[in-house]
Amino acid sequence: MVWLMGGALTICLVMIVGLLGLVFYQGVTTFWPRALTTLTLADGTKYLGEETRKEDYKLTEAMVGGLPKETAARARAVLDEPEAIARRRLYRTGNFDITNTHFDWIDDFSVVGAGEDEWSVVIERRAWGRFYGFPTRFLVDGEVVADTPVEVWDKFRAHHGAVSKRVDRLYRLQKYEFGKVHARLENVRLRLKKIEIEKGLESAEYAETQRSFENRTREIEKENERLAGEIRDLRHENDRYAMVMTTIDGEEATLVLSDVVRAYPANQLGFFDKLSVYSSRWGEFITGDPREANSEGGVWPAIVGTVIMTLLMSLVVVPFGVLAALYLREYAKGGPLVSAVRIAINNLAGVPSIVFGVFGLGFFCYILGASIDQVFFFERLPDPTYGKGGVVWASLTLALLTLPVVVVATEEALAAVPGSMREGSYACGASKWQTVQRIVLPRAMPGIMTGFILAMARGAGEVAPLMLVGAVKLAPQLPIDGVAPYLHPERSFMHLGFHIYDVGFQSQNSEAAKPMVFTTTLLLIVIIAALNIAAIWARTRLRRRFMGAQF
Amino acid sequence: MQRPTAESSNRLAAITRGEKVDTETHRALAGETPVVETLEFNFWYGTNHALHDVTMKIPRGKITAIIGPSGCGKSTLLRSINRLNDLLDNVRCGGDILLNGDSIYGKGVDVIELRKRMGMVFQKSNPFPMSIYENVVYPLRVDGERRKHVLDEVVERSLKSSALWEEIAGRLGHNALGLSGGQQQRLCIARAIAGEPEVLLMDEPCSALDPLATSKIEELMHELRGTYSIVIVTHNMQQAARVSDYTAFMYLGRLIEYGPTPDMFLNPHLSETGDYVTGRFG
Repeated sequence: MVWLMGGALTICLVMIVGLLGLVFYQGVTTFWPRALTTLTLADGTKYLGEETRKEDYKLTEAMVGGLPKETAARARAVLDEPEAIARRRLYRTGNFDITNTHFDWIDDFSVVGAGEDEWSVVIERRAWGRFYGFPTRFLVDGEVVADTPVEVWDKFRAHHGAVSKRVDRLYRLQKYEFGKVHARLENVRLRLKKIEIEKGLESAEYAETQRSFENRTREIEKENERLAGEIRDLRHENDRYAMVMTTIDGEEATLVLSDVVRAYPANQLGFFDKLSVYSSRWGEFITGDPREANSEGGVWPAIVGTVIMTLLMSLVVVPFGVLAALYLREYAKGGPLVSAVRIAINNLAGVPSIVFGVFGLGFFCYILGASIDQVFFFERLPDPTYGKGGVVWASLTLALLTLPVVVVATEEALAAVPGSMREGSYACGASKWQTVQRIVLPRAMPGIMTGFILAMARGAGEVAPLMLVGAVKLAPQLPIDGVAPYLHPERSFMHLGFHIYDVGFQSQNSEAAKPMVFTTTLLLIVIIAALNIAAIWARTRLRRRFMGAQF
Repeated sequence: MQRPTAESSNRLAAITRGEKVDTETHRALAGETPVVETLEFNFWYGTNHALHDVTMKIPRGKITAIIGPSGCGKSTLLRSINRLNDLLDNVRCGGDILLNGDSIYGKGVDVIELRKRMGMVFQKSNPFPMSIYENVVYPLRVDGERRKHVLDEVVERSLKSSALWEEIAGRLGHNALGLSGGQQQRLCIARAIAGEPEVLLMDEPCSALDPLATSKIEELMHELRGTYSIVIVTHNMQQAARVSDYTAFMYLGRLIEYGPTPDMFLNPHLSETGDYVTGRFG
């Protein structure tokens, strides 16, 4: 019997440790910069790339038949071995705009020479993925100012910092400043439209509003032009700098410096240089926006979306759950109705989460949201404001999903308050509500916190319902920004869980995306763990205050 | 010991047969002003008839002990006085109880207000998970009292009356759960008298305490006597003998005999009482 229990426990531990270990190992090593290998094959072709994984497979006669002459000879040597196991490696060769592949499988037997060139450079680009090549020339305003790898690299290091800063400023201008101006313009237009709907095109109010709005519009358009001018200037300055690289096949490609996110000579890096690349990639991952259809760049919007949605959900589910449990436990007269309600709440926990998503879409978005739009946002129709998925509907849907957890945990906590304490309170002349508020609820608080922790952990990890009610692949804005009212509950949002699904299964470049799946999973686990630890700490402090010593 | 009369020795047999028996109330009680009076009070837990026609007058300013074997209804009677039994499901009562002449089971009686006029101390001390200060002022707070000087004064008075003040004067903000068992019970007594109740109801207050703590509490009761009317339910006959002015003996839900404590122990009118106090049964 003991062996059975011990065995079961061991299996559980192995699974948990195994899962966490796998995620941790894969996630942590993803961003470490690897060496760039130059490969020469038997038939003369050359490859330049980063090895990502390797695979052993059984070599058969049929496979050898299709190979070019020199390679086939070497392949036959492997076939002759007793085991005939061939090894092939997956190399990330990048240069998608030239070669049309991101990755290449290369068999070990076809390689005649492998080495690491001094000046193999890795370039992470804003578009088209990675570039691997050798620095050839550096251009400023179209003129060649350096033509040896050392000098080109020096020039690159000198100018890239400033170019990057300008790119950041451009990004901020376009995303936030431009966006703000546009928002103001849109506001004006909407107010005009509202007057048009309410009073009519011919009315006096419309005419005078239109006049005053024309002035506002002129001011806003002036601001717009100023911004556009600044953006033009920045772009113009950045376009001056370019670098010509040669690929392993001898082709030349010109890369504008503003297109380069990060570049490094992979085979020249010492440990601390590699560490610096590693930290910079992690920093970008956590604080940056995604690029390349979510397979590169950062997950910052997904982090923000996940945290905001989880907090909103908790804000809703805890009060409702506690009040429901209070009523069920303290105020309702026992009977068939109360039992029925309790059974219904418990069964809610067994409903598949996607069904919650469908309910959320149907009820919250299409019924509630559409009604809100009709009453408050009439002038924006037919574009829905609340009548579509958004962070508020997603939070409410998940609150419903996690409600049973909170209700059950709270009921247990309330039941655990000793009757002697309640009696003592009543004997002092307290009413039922005073007893609940002053004695029962505080004493039950640690148990309620447990319910809160469980609800938060469950809600933060659910993905299926979110896909229907507001999580999107790429959100144009964060649900929180500097424009009043600062929290925009109607906006779509990105979510780490959804991001994992999207990156893992919906990317075109699935090999490149695979390591991102692990890093995002690692990040999601860390964030949920952090939220849980915070809640557990709060619960421990409460326990100490309310339990005290009991003899 | 007075020789039992022939009639009295059949009381237990009569009870077992289901007949109504009268309470043997000593004449000395007639001279006392009652603070609480029960009139033919009956109580049922579901179908279990727990109290049968209990009629007694509890004197003002005195200590009245209720003794009897387990299950005789002592605690039920005590809890009926402050209507704590109302909290239970499926209970019923008949007859009436008067507090200073006013019916407490009448129509329109505010139970919360009633309970504020009584203080109760339970068998197992039940301090709230708050500071000592907050525990003592709890009855005042639920009554709506917020003025700090009033609360401070009540705390000092109550803790002095319950002989706890010297021990914890500097620790009023500490969690009450950190006190020892005896101190916790004295804190509960302080809490019970904080609202200056008319009656102090004590349900076996010392049964969970060691002899030293018990004697402290008994001393306390002597001092509270006069200012407060105390009703104490106890298993411990020696305690009843030491502490109380009047003793009521209950058996199987009926009040058998009720009189001044010395008489009840040395000169009971009924043989059943004599048998019980000398330990021959119960």
